[in-house]
Amino acid sequence: MPREGILISNPLERLSGEQVRQIHDASIEILNDPGLLCFNKKAAEIFQSRGAKVAGVSGSDTPCWTVKIPEKLVTGALDSAPKTVTLGARNPDNALIMKGDEPRVFFITGSETNMWLDVDFPTYVNKSDPGKEIKVPEFQPRRGMVADLCDSAHVCEHLESVDGYIRTVNIQDKDITGDNKDVNKFFACLNNTTKHVMSGLTSLNQLDNVVKMAEMIAGGPDKLKENPIISFITCLVKSPLQFVDDTTETFMEVCQRGLPIVVSSSPQAGTSAPIKEAGIMAQINAEVLAGITLGQLVNRGTPVLYGSVPVRARMDTLGDSYGSIETSQYNIDCVQMARFYKLPNYSTSGVCDTKIPGQQSSIERLFSDIVVTLSGPQFLHCAFGLLDCNSVFCLLQAVLDDTHFQMIKFFLKSPRINEQELETVKKQIREVVATPQKMFINYIRPVMRSGEISPPYPFEGDGDSDSVFALANERLQELRAKPVEHIDPDTTARIFREIPGLLPRLNVYKGER
Amino acid sequence: MSEDIISMIKENVIQGRKTRDDMGIDETLSGTPGVLELTESALGNNISPEAIIKQALTPGMEVVGEKFSTKEYFIPDMLASADAVGAAMDILKPLLEESNVETKGKFVIATVKGDIHDIGKNIVAILLKGAGYQVNDIGIDVPEDKIINVVREEQPDYLGLSALLTTTMTSMESVIKALKENNLRDNVKVLIGGAAVSDEYAREIGADAFCADGFQAIRVLEEFETT
Ligand code: B12
Repeated sequence: MPREGILISNPLERLSGEQVRQIHDASIEILNDPGLLCFNKKAAEIFQSRGAKVAGVSGSDTPCWTVKIPEKLVTGALDSAPKTVTLGARNPDNALIMKGDEPRVFFITGSETNMWLDVDFPTYVNKSDPGKEIKVPEFQPRRGMVADLCDSAHVCEHLESVDGYIRTVNIQDKDITGDNKDVNKFFACLNNTTKHVMSGLTSLNQLDNVVKMAEMIAGGPDKLKENPIISFITCLVKSPLQFVDDTTETFMEVCQRGLPIVVSSSPQAGTSAPIKEAGIMAQINAEVLAGITLGQLVNRGTPVLYGSVPVRARMDTLGDSYGSIETSQYNIDCVQMARFYKLPNYSTSGVCDTKIPGQQSSIERLFSDIVVTLSGPQFLHCAFGLLDCNSVFCLLQAVLDDTHFQMIKFFLKSPRINEQELETVKKQIREVVATPQKMFINYIRPVMRSGEISPPYPFEGDGDSDSVFALANERLQELRAKPVEHIDPDTTARIFREIPGLLPRLNVYKGER
Repeated sequence: MSEDIISMIKENVIQGRKTRDDMGIDETLSGTPGVLELTESALGNNISPEAIIKQALTPGMEVVGEKFSTKEYFIPDMLASADAVGAAMDILKPLLEESNVETKGKFVIATVKGDIHDIGKNIVAILLKGAGYQVNDIGIDVPEDKIINVVREEQPDYLGLSALLTTTMTSMESVIKALKENNLRDNVKVLIGGAAVSDEYAREIGADAFCADGFQAIRVLEEFETT
């Protein structure tokens, strides 16, 4: 049985059917004029051989081509791209089945932050009343390490609302190099969670090792096809409208192997896309369609997700503002566009602008988490634990986010209203009004433990101060102490024998053999 | 007359209007000459390039800076003004050089090999140009030997390197090494920036400074110039 996610019965829509159509038409026009600038030779050749208008750009330092994609290539790709994409998992009960026309939402972590935030609770003494002491959370950033990635995957395995795992932290240990990063990052994730694992690829020359490792874990190449325990994400298009050389190459190679991949575009309204909603929407949709088209030309029928990470620029730095309201609006628009194409969608919520957990981070993330969830993306990259616009990851925040999502999921349960229920309650009402106390309390108990009543906020303190962080931290320690099911010893031994570059310290059985 | 033109240039810097077609904050200015046209007519009226810079461009940018720090202005305003000043400087630079007036230094900026992020680098380039530096932006994904060649040929005072990825930031270190090997290191100050790098990393690889943003770059360069 795959994971259930949460089915949204009436997805929130911002765009009318006509507006969706208008965006689509504008994107088709943009794909043809100005088209895309393509820095990857092979991709330009593929487009040309299939009837796109391709021309070399003269005077450019690096070789590049303009590619004008005709509508028929796009519609052909939209036809052949699978409407259902399965993301498998080491534990098959954690598989995710994403149907493009079904707004069933799965909540997934990510992305790759450079910084890891540790938390400590030093005690402060009141100067005027030294008897009064409080513990205050203090956050310390440091560079992420492979041990942190293991820690994060381990904790996320136990976070109930986390449906799948995108690596949360960039591993920057001294012995991690361009050539061993991918295998170590995938192994660290796969060995510490039995949920689906998605990641970007740092070096294309590691793709085969990563796939080979996944095959060993899944039980062979065919088993991996059936149960793709890993998938990839690439930003092959750099906004505005440019196919980047290396990521496009990686994208095509993954497509060739038939593994699921997110075609993601991340324009920033104001800098790399127009500040107007109509502009960023027409552009991002064109960029994603261009990627999907290329993927289908490379390998017809290869599974792709319509990936959207649109964001508005901050006016004070021109950095990303994930906390801005427009960012959520664009994401919801993208969900609608993907649904229009019946393709599963990867959307973003939950990233906040602030650097540390606190009121601002809670408000920003909860706002976007609720509204974007309501729109019904299949793959919601909802950024558990991410802060500072994607630069910092904090496990304590991830624990808090898990609670938010449990609340959201509870809220989204369908109403329990039917003839039978109404008969029961009418009877209750008649009975109660006839009693002297006129109280319904007796009827609570049978419902109380049935899961029908939402639990209290788990980090509510009992004093006058706010104890959310301290209690969430206790919870975090409990989760850390829970064991995870690692990859079995034989497979682990084989992986360490056959896959070059793995760090011996990641072998959890090392001491025993 | 000359005072009028000077104050109009300053006002248009504050408005962030490069040319006649640009919109300012005050919409009624649309269609009236911008910094570029005004600078040309100032020169036609025999106002010295030095006066234009010292009495109009620099004080105009100072007002913009104050408005930015009080949050009346945002980065797009700042960039528009910097762009207008940069365009005026393009006209004035050759004249200043002819008359041997000392100008602010030459700044070469690049995103390093393997890295295609450029929003931040572009912002820094515009701001520095607006602050009066002669900026040569040599693009993204720039290989080490190209950077070395440009430094050798153009002899800039400053080299700015941008890296957003931890996998590409290491090529900053190689560039610095190569500068040393080519005996170019002593003549150029190296500034680094981007999400991947830090103060600590700058020290580790022997760069002269890390800058969190374009404004810090301007402050750092000013410090270099006064010491
Ligand atoms: C926008 C963006 C993109 C866009 C780039 C668009 C463009 N035209 O540049 C796209 C989508 C194309 C992209 C692609 C990728 N990206 Co990217 N990207 C970002 C993002 C979200 C914002 C960067 C940005 O523009 N910031 C806004 C500007 C204004 O800020 P800034 O760049 O920091 O610049 C300021 C200062 O740093 C400083 N500065 C910068 N450079 C310099 C230089 C000098 C000399 C000075 C003085 C100052 C200075 O001044 C600037 C102005 O204030 C960052 C996240 C982040 N928090 O940085 C990720 C991020 C950098 N990307 C990341 C990744 C992983 C990638 C990809 C590899 C993704 C993939 N799997 O395909 C590819 C990289 C491809 C490649 N070979 O480079 C990771 C890097 C993690 C790591 N490993 O180090 C980040 C951190 C996101 C994340 N958390 O996952 N990305």
